[in-house]
Amino acid sequence: MSSDIYKDIILDYYRNPRNFGDLPNPDVRAKDSNPLCGDIIEMQLKINDGKIEDVRFKGKGCAISQASASMLTETVKGKTLDEVKSMSKTDVLNLLGIDPGPTRIKCALLGLKVVKLGVYGYLGQAISEEVKQLV
Amino acid sequence: MVERLTTINAVKIREDFPILKRRVNGKPLIYFDNAATSQKPSAVIEAISKYYSEYNSNIHRGIHKLAEEATLAHEEAREKVAKFINSNRTEEIVFTRNATESINLVAYTWGRANLGPDDKIVLTIMEHHSNIVPWQMLAQEKKTKIEFVKIDKEGYLAQKDIQEMIDDKTKLVCVTHASNVLGTINPVNEIAKTAHRHGALVLVDAAQSVPHVRVNVREMDCDFMAFSGHKMLGPTGIGVLYGKSEHMENMPPFLGGGEMIREVHTTGASWKDLPYKYEAGTPNVAGAIGLGTAIDYLRKIGMENIHEYEKEITSYALSKMDQVKGLVTYGPRDVRHRVGVLAFNLGDIHAHDLASIMDEEGVAIRSGHHCAQPLMEFLDIPAASRASFYIYNTKEEVDSFIAVLEKARKLFSP
Repeated sequence: MSSDIYKDIILDYYRNPRNFGDLPNPDVRAKDSNPLCGDIIEMQLKINDGKIEDVRFKGKGCAISQASASMLTETVKGKTLDEVKSMSKTDVLNLLGIDPGPTRIKCALLGLKVVKLGVYGYLGQAISEEVKQLV
Repeated sequence: MVERLTTINAVKIREDFPILKRRVNGKPLIYFDNAATSQKPSAVIEAISKYYSEYNSNIHRGIHKLAEEATLAHEEAREKVAKFINSNRTEEIVFTRNATESINLVAYTWGRANLGPDDKIVLTIMEHHSNIVPWQMLAQEKKTKIEFVKIDKEGYLAQKDIQEMIDDKTKLVCVTHASNVLGTINPVNEIAKTAHRHGALVLVDAAQSVPHVRVNVREMDCDFMAFSGHKMLGPTGIGVLYGKSEHMENMPPFLGGGEMIREVHTTGASWKDLPYKYEAGTPNVAGAIGLGTAIDYLRKIGMENIHEYEKEITSYALSKMDQVKGLVTYGPRDVRHRVGVLAFNLGDIHAHDLASIMDEEGVAIRSGHHCAQPLMEFLDIPAASRASFYIYNTKEEVDSFIAVLEKARKLFSP
């Protein structure tokens, strides 16, 4: 059975999410939801020397939102905070390898929004408009 | 077994709806999102086009030919609406934008003038947000109490709550005629009797019933009724508020402006008679004409026939859905007590994922909370998918829909 957006890799991350759960001593926690469908993502970050040392996520929602958040945790690990701040929508879509279309794009971007919220929160900086508009 | 054969020929009816020829993602469109909005027959599209190309004009005040024709068509639409719901007075029919605006009109006018801190509004847990939020806004302003009638396991309103909650403090009971999630057809006639016995008025949200079953406001004896044109083959942007003239005459106006005034002076203004008092500004003339044409179309088929056909297709869909492993439906099992709105969940597949898979196959269904979050909370589900039928849907389409359900189930099974 083929499906355009439910590729095996997305279903695999949805069924077996990587980096799922809690960090023992996170430096920052961030959480947000997509009001349209009620998807929830929480990210916990361990930050050391301006870099993301470790990350876990928790959440509830559709396959796109959960798989995308899980893939994102693998990508941001080891990145500097500035690198995370500059990540874009395209980076996430490249990770997923699909174009979820205009109605589902917000599901795909929820994880990115939350990880950025965490970074901005850790740095004590105001949330940029770009981040607010992701979802 | 004898089956009642309906006179509806869906295949023939489909020819009247140009959009049904469309393909979506390379597949024939299967439109199962009728509870959100219905598709439009050519007759409606042409009536709107004819108005704009032949007699477009502002109404009521012009002394020229076009204004006369447009006014006549607009008022003729009002008569069609009145007859359709068996009101014998056209002044009881107010045109609004949609059911939501109709309900807000009552909240802002009757509600503000009549409710206070010692009063109570009774709602039900299955109301659409449009029949909850206006009352919450009003209750906050007037410190009025709100109580919600719950539902039983099958999705029927709890009789005990109805009897206990509607008391002498109750000034208004707001109830949906048919639920946009459960499909339940509520016993509004009995609820109106109970409410009236306690001196309360009744507002019926008929957005999901007027398009599908015969509705008779005089038999129902409701005080107000709200519905939308776009769910009953008409255009968007036109809705109806029915209100008994004994209430409507004494309520203050809703929006102020042109069309609704008798006289305006620097010292104040006086209002027109019903229904114009509640229709400020240039109305949606094309919308009203389109709605009138939609009513002609529905009457030609016959509301009894429509109801019978939808029972048949709903019953067929329910029996097929029961065979899909892990599928749960919500609402009454007895199709005599429900409309063709089927909310469901399939295993732990999120409703949005299911809707996406459906869309890939050209099947349009709804997913989410369906603007009924209190009901979702009560059912303890974050979201649900919903398939809803109309006269142009066929059993073959139901079969295709079932095949996609099976596909989704296999795709998501570990």
